[in-house]
Amino acid sequence: MTDSSATPAVRMTGIAKRFAAVQAVAQADLSVQPGEIHALCGENGAGKSTLMKILCGMNGCDDGRIEVHGQDVTGWSTARAIAAGVGMVHQHFMLVPTLTVAENVVLGREPLRHGLLDLEKAVADVEQLCKQTGLSVPARALVAELSVGQAQRVEILKVLHRGARVLLLDEPTAVLSPPEVVELWKVLRTLRGSGTTILLVTHKLDEVMELTDRITVMRQGRTVAVLQTPETTPEILAEAMVGREVDLRVQHAKRAGSRGDVVLQLRDLRVAGRRIAEAIRGISLDVRAGEILGIAGVEGNGQAELLEALTGLRPVLSGEISLNGKNINALTPRARGDAGLSHIPEDRHERGLILEFSVADNLVLGQQHHFGSKGLLDRRAIDAHAQAAIAAWDIRPPDPQAPVRTLSGGNQQKVVIAREMARDFSVLIAAQPTRGVDVGAIEFIHDRLRQARDAGKAVLLVSAELREILTLSDRIAVLYGGQLVAVLPRDACSEAILGGYMTGLGSTTEAA
Amino acid sequence: MISVRWLHWADLVLPPLVALAVALVAGDLLILSYGQAPGSVWRLLLEGTWGNSYGIGQVLYKATTLTCTGLAVALPMRAGLFNIGAESQLAAGAFATALVASLLPTATPLLLAAPLCIAGAMVGGGLVGAVPGVLRARYGAHEVIVTIMLNFVVLALLNWLVSTYWHVPETLHTPTITSGQMPRLSQLFPQFHGSAANWSWLPVALTAGLVQWALQRSQAGFALRAVGFQPLAAENAGILVGRVWRQALTWGGALAGLGGINFVLGYKGYYEDGLAGGAGFLGIAVALVGRNHPLGVVAAALLFATLSQGGLAIHALVPKQMVEVLQAVVILAMAMAVPEVRRLLRTALTPRRRAP
Repeated sequence: MTDSSATPAVRMTGIAKRFAAVQAVAQADLSVQPGEIHALCGENGAGKSTLMKILCGMNGCDDGRIEVHGQDVTGWSTARAIAAGVGMVHQHFMLVPTLTVAENVVLGREPLRHGLLDLEKAVADVEQLCKQTGLSVPARALVAELSVGQAQRVEILKVLHRGARVLLLDEPTAVLSPPEVVELWKVLRTLRGSGTTILLVTHKLDEVMELTDRITVMRQGRTVAVLQTPETTPEILAEAMVGREVDLRVQHAKRAGSRGDVVLQLRDLRVAGRRIAEAIRGISLDVRAGEILGIAGVEGNGQAELLEALTGLRPVLSGEISLNGKNINALTPRARGDAGLSHIPEDRHERGLILEFSVADNLVLGQQHHFGSKGLLDRRAIDAHAQAAIAAWDIRPPDPQAPVRTLSGGNQQKVVIAREMARDFSVLIAAQPTRGVDVGAIEFIHDRLRQARDAGKAVLLVSAELREILTLSDRIAVLYGGQLVAVLPRDACSEAILGGYMTGLGSTTEAA
Repeated sequence: MISVRWLHWADLVLPPLVALAVALVAGDLLILSYGQAPGSVWRLLLEGTWGNSYGIGQVLYKATTLTCTGLAVALPMRAGLFNIGAESQLAAGAFATALVASLLPTATPLLLAAPLCIAGAMVGGGLVGAVPGVLRARYGAHEVIVTIMLNFVVLALLNWLVSTYWHVPETLHTPTITSGQMPRLSQLFPQFHGSAANWSWLPVALTAGLVQWALQRSQAGFALRAVGFQPLAAENAGILVGRVWRQALTWGGALAGLGGINFVLGYKGYYEDGLAGGAGFLGIAVALVGRNHPLGVVAAALLFATLSQGGLAIHALVPKQMVEVLQAVVILAMAMAVPEVRRLLRTALTPRRRAP
């Protein structure tokens, strides 16, 4: 498969893994050379994460063989994987917020003196490791005080401290701002220079193209291609992932109709934060029917609080939210939904779906009072509704009674969006509508958002992906430090301009 | 391909069966250690319970109370709440039903008195259940702590009320009620003579069915299950999580309170201090074995009632405490059987091929 004569750092052959009724991985192969940055790409549900979990010992496999540095390690445990130098940096950080960086890094392998924890040595060790790798984190700082990018560096340090020579990173940029991504690339290149093998799970094509040496593409649990990065293009890669041609151009389809009336209006809105006194510090914004207004910004600048205030989960301190000219400050989430506010939450697992519920039940979640009368549920109506949504959104498997937990990420997201767009709404709040969703489904979801806009709905898009904001929006507002530092027409925007505003560097221009 | 629905049922039903099998084996060993033959002890246990109408009546009587306390734990559990207060909720329900019955004019027709007394029992238990519900929803006080502590408070309060104001001299029970009595089963079927079995089982069984139906078919049940699985997603969907918590614990208390009619209206005809006698706590085990499923709770209540009554029957051969050991084994085995069965189901469904 490869021309290299060296023993691969990782070789997985013929891996198969099945979860109950779902064949997650079937006949997957992966070969990573020592000292390379290798990407594992594929749509959601292609089996990337499962393959990674098998490699780091979190899951067993039903079939196949795993070798690390030439040794057969099939079916090993996480403890043995760590001992052998295979370390995983998880997408969701596993850190103790009340401990310092140094304490977190050495946790489980604490340096001891006279049987007691030698904190000074821990700090020295961690600072030494920081210097070697170019990962800069204050060793004595509390993890709770770190930014997301810094927390991720602590995760990487933790794995390296345990002597990892093969580093697995699962979607490492999902939570990072653009400057933090650049920083991470630098670190990974330095690590590669010092002989560390890096295996990156991602579905972001530009990252793959920029950083990696080779790419393994998975589709439906199988390895379908192994590509040399310099010899490939994003188009070839996307085609391999999806299995058909995909249009990747940042293409901004102009809206069909003209802008209509203001349907969502924010006036001097102030909202308390989760930890800080005021996360939204006086926002005024008009969203009109027939437009997609994108809110750009690095995560943690008040997006979460703004969304919660809009949907009724968090009370406002002062100011006004009006929907179709009516103040909805005092309405419950359910009443807001009935008044025409639809909402795609940013975290479908936590907020968007009841994973144990069936597809049919999830498709009416939040609208169950419209399916039945006198406090009862009309099962037949719910089922008919599910059949229609499954057909219209191509949700797979097409079984209304399947628990949503058994669906792939893309299909789960389709359930959420189908539900929110099936109701009678005038404003759709779409938070990270394509997070963790595969390339094919992204296209599909984007099309549906445009269709909603063209049908005269107002769409408020909140996304950490600048590319998505630029692709979809008619106007773009930038949220920084709880304020809108810019509201610009799409044509006046570029990644560079928005990047400036997002990091607080751009000049403050008010154009509402 | 085995369907997802089939898996769901297997996952629900298999663990209790496994736990029962484990308990039987443990029971065999215990019986052998007493130098008895397991077969004959088990036969005695079955003959003493399901083998004659008196035994059946006693099992039915005990299962009726246990169904109520089991439901009282199971329903809040479906909303993600752990109700440990069934003991005092049962007592409060019994006290309230005795109070209502004593306030009714003598010989009020049963068709009028029974619904009033039943409502009284549910209100009494519901009031005790509402306290942890409100405290949880409004102040975030953990319902486990509140319900445990409330057991002491409520039982002591009832003890004080009865001993100070309302008891037959020289006893710790209230005067016998003169209306609202549930007829004994033996009035219609003389073979039940001597057993405590009475018609309380009927409203209780109907309630169990109603709870099951409401969980699956009503909007409130939908909301309750959603909160139990994922409170954040439920909140996002506009379900008022605090209100569901309040309702779930209140209804849980009401269900435990309903159990009070069995003793007061159906058996003794008065409220007596200590009448709950651990049935509230056993309700936790009943809900566990019944998988928090109303119909499962009924089955588990019958099982525990059989063990409890059977203990008396086998006393001649082995100590009757053996059944208490068996109840404990069933509970421990359940705790292990749930994840173990799930794992085995998963493995059994994974087709194995030989490595190339």
